[in-house]
Parts: sequence; C-alpha cells; structure tokens
Amino acid sequence: MEVLMELKDIVKTYGRITALDHVSLKVRRGETLALLGSNGAGKTTMLKIMGGILKQDSGNIYYGREKIDDRNLKLLRRNSTMVFQKTVLFNSDVYGNVAYGLELRRIPEADLEHRVREALSQVGLEGYEKRPVKTLSGGEQQRVSLARALALKPELLLLDEPTANLDPENAAAVEKIIKEFKGATTVILATHNLFQAKRLSDRIAYMARGVLVEEGSPEEIFQRPRDERTARFVRGFAF
Amino acid sequence: MVWEAVEGAQKALELIMSGDPMVIEITLRSVYVSGLATLLASSWSLPLGAAIALKNFRGKRPVKGLFNTLLGMPTVALGLLLYLALSRSGPLGFLQLLYTPMAIALGQAILVTPIIVSFTVSAIESVDPEIRDLARTLGASELQAGLAVLGEAAGGVVLAVTASFNRAIAELGVALMVGGNIRGATRVLTTTIALETTRGEIVLGIALTIILLLVVFSLSLAVNLAGRRTTWRF
Repeated sequence: MEVLMELKDIVKTYGRITALDHVSLKVRRGETLALLGSNGAGKTTMLKIMGGILKQDSGNIYYGREKIDDRNLKLLRRNSTMVFQKTVLFNSDVYGNVAYGLELRRIPEADLEHRVREALSQVGLEGYEKRPVKTLSGGEQQRVSLARALALKPELLLLDEPTANLDPENAAAVEKIIKEFKGATTVILATHNLFQAKRLSDRIAYMARGVLVEEGSPEEIFQRPRDERTARFVRGFAF
Repeated sequence: MVWEAVEGAQKALELIMSGDPMVIEITLRSVYVSGLATLLASSWSLPLGAAIALKNFRGKRPVKGLFNTLLGMPTVALGLLLYLALSRSGPLGFLQLLYTPMAIALGQAILVTPIIVSFTVSAIESVDPEIRDLARTLGASELQAGLAVLGEAAGGVVLAVTASFNRAIAELGVALMVGGNIRGATRVLTTTIALETTRGEIVLGIALTIILLLVVFSLSLAVNLAGRRTTWRF
C-alpha cells in the first residue's frame, strides 16, 4: 500500500514536557489509522504536526515524496484538514463555516455552493445553511465541523476525539459518517476509546506519554499486544 | 433647575428643527474633528493592538499594562502637554497647528489611542485560541489565519472604535487647550457648552448638551444595530 505520509523521529516539547519523543510512523493512503492512547499521550500534538499547524522541534515529515518544511507547509495544509475535539466554529452561519476553506481555495461560486450543500447532506444537515452556528446543538455543531472538513475533499482527514464531547446518539451519528468515508480518504483518528478504535480503524498505533509504543491491526493490538504497556491499556479498559 | 432642563430640551428641539446655522456648524465641526481623530487613531492603533494580541514577545504584559494605564489619561494633562509641544517655541511649533481643528484632532487621536489598543487586544485575546489553528487547518496562510481571528474579534474592535469616537467628541480639555475655542474656527460642542454655561446661558448649554448626547447615542445605536446584522469575515 502506498505511503501517503511518513513521520521520522519527531520530537516536540512544551517547556520541560516532552509531548512527542522520537516518534516515527508511516500512514498508508486510504487507510483509517487510530492513534490510541490516554489523555496526555501526545495524540493531539501528533495530529497538529501532521496537519501542519504545529511545528516539531526535530525530525522530518514527508508527504508523498515531498519533505515538508516552512516553504511547502501549504502543501500539508491544503491536502489535509483537522476536526478538533472541542468544536471550533466561526461566529457565522452554517454556510459560512463550511464555505470558508473552499473560499480560501478560490473555488468558483457555483461549485462552492454545490460542495457546501453536498457536504451538509453527507452529515444530515440539509437546509441548515442559514442557521447561525450558535443556535445548533453540540452534536449538530460537530457535524458542521465534519461537513466543513468533508467539503474540502481532503486527502488526509485528521480527527481529534471527534465524539468525545457528544452524547451516545450523536457519537453514533458521527461514527456512521466517518465509516462512510472509510477507504475514500485517508483518516487518522485520535481516540482514547478502545471500542471506537476497534470499530472504525484498519490499523491502530498505541501511544503513551509521547512515545509510539506499537502499531498493528486491531486484532494484533487487542489479541496479541507485543508491549506490556499496550497490554495493560487494553486490559484496563476491556475488563 | 428642572425648569431650566425642560427649557433646555425645548430650546434644543427649536435649534435642531430651525436648523440654526451656528449649531449646525459647531455640530458638524465636532463630528468632523472627532471623526478624523478616530480615523487617525484607528490607523495606528488597530494594527498595533492586533500585533500585541497575536504576537508573543518579551515585555508583552508591561506593554498591555501601559496602554491600560493610559486609559485614565486626564484630558487637561494631555492638552497641556500638546500645548507645550505645539506652541511656537515648542518642538512641534514649526507645524503651526496650534489653535486649528487639526490640533484638536491630533490631540484627541492621542487621547483615544489607548482605548482602541486596549479594547482591540482584549477583543482579539478573547477569541477562542483554536480559531487560528482552525483557519490553518482549513488551508489559511499565517496572514489569513490572523485575519480570521480579527474577523471573530470584529464586534469588539468596532466597539473600541465607537467608544473612541464617543470619548473624543465628549472630551473638553484637549479641545479647549489646543483649539482655543475660536468662534468659526475651532469651536466644538464641548467647548461651546463650557463657554455658554460660564456665561450664564444655561439653557443654551443644556440644549447643546442634548445635541451632543444625541450624536453619541445615535452613533452607538446605529453601530449596535449594524453589528447584529453583520458577520465579519476578512
């Protein structure tokens, strides 16, 4: 399977705290990869670095064959997009939020409108275009975030605990949307939820305290973990 | 006193309805001078406020503290400093601005600079810090991400500019000291109110005060109404 992105020996610190400690990872095109780990494992930092919105202290990122640096950071930002754990929306209506990234890409108006409506339809929010985002429920707001990401048709979709703040019904709705995009785009899902990782991913990378402990298929991670830390994490939640 | 206030209100109505040339001239000059002051101050204070809010630099907190402290600058003190600077023997005397509307505009611009800077910083800093990351992840450059943050803070920034205009048009110290209250040249609403009241023309003073309040409240109301209907996106 073709490698879409490769991280080599990434280190990121915040003052004295090491958020990522020499992390290396290959992301294959079209796969859904779960970054599994507890809070503080470094998952969000990893996603932000992969999305080009945070800079690593050392190590290299390759997107396709391109080595990413300050000059071609735009390549990363234009081909990937991230949905945050806490819903972040611009203070405007639903249409304005979903259209923002397309406007940056100077998509012609007619096409832009079509893509906004298509994305809203994909997340079940048809007819919500003129609704101010502040009037929406938490679940609807997170679906707007997803629609905004999907409208861009990104090669790489980065999801940071997209259901963490949602009730079970809305969480299930968001998971359903993610499932529909499996295979069509490369998805990296940061989650602390074992079952969600199992349900949604093709491959799991387990992280603990800034270290990528091990990676493998859901079956390998859950049935035959190679590292004691992974085994403890899996057992701790599973039983 | 109550009777004088009622008379003042009546007189204000008369002056407005009759289109009294002196009142119109003074009101327009006040709006022009304070509008110019607000424009001038905005031209340097908005970028400065945005830079302070968006950039991380050493000494950021003292700089913010300085502008917050300057919010309380007494207008008479500023007027005196400007008078000394602009008087013929002062360092800026060569500009020959003393006792001109431009001198008042300049003084008021300096007076309202801390208001615009402080309010702008506060408005931008109150925007969810993740908005910048959101814009970046949607493909924005650093400049576009900064503009997205400004768009979110626009309501607060507009409020800052409005408050500055209101402060400028309502101040007396600077207008009196560097304007000189010269009839037909630098007389504005506040200096006329002060002059007429000291001359015992209380009713006229009250009438002009009502006009001043009408200008201030009308602008605030208009901005408030416009703000409700506007989504700012840069």
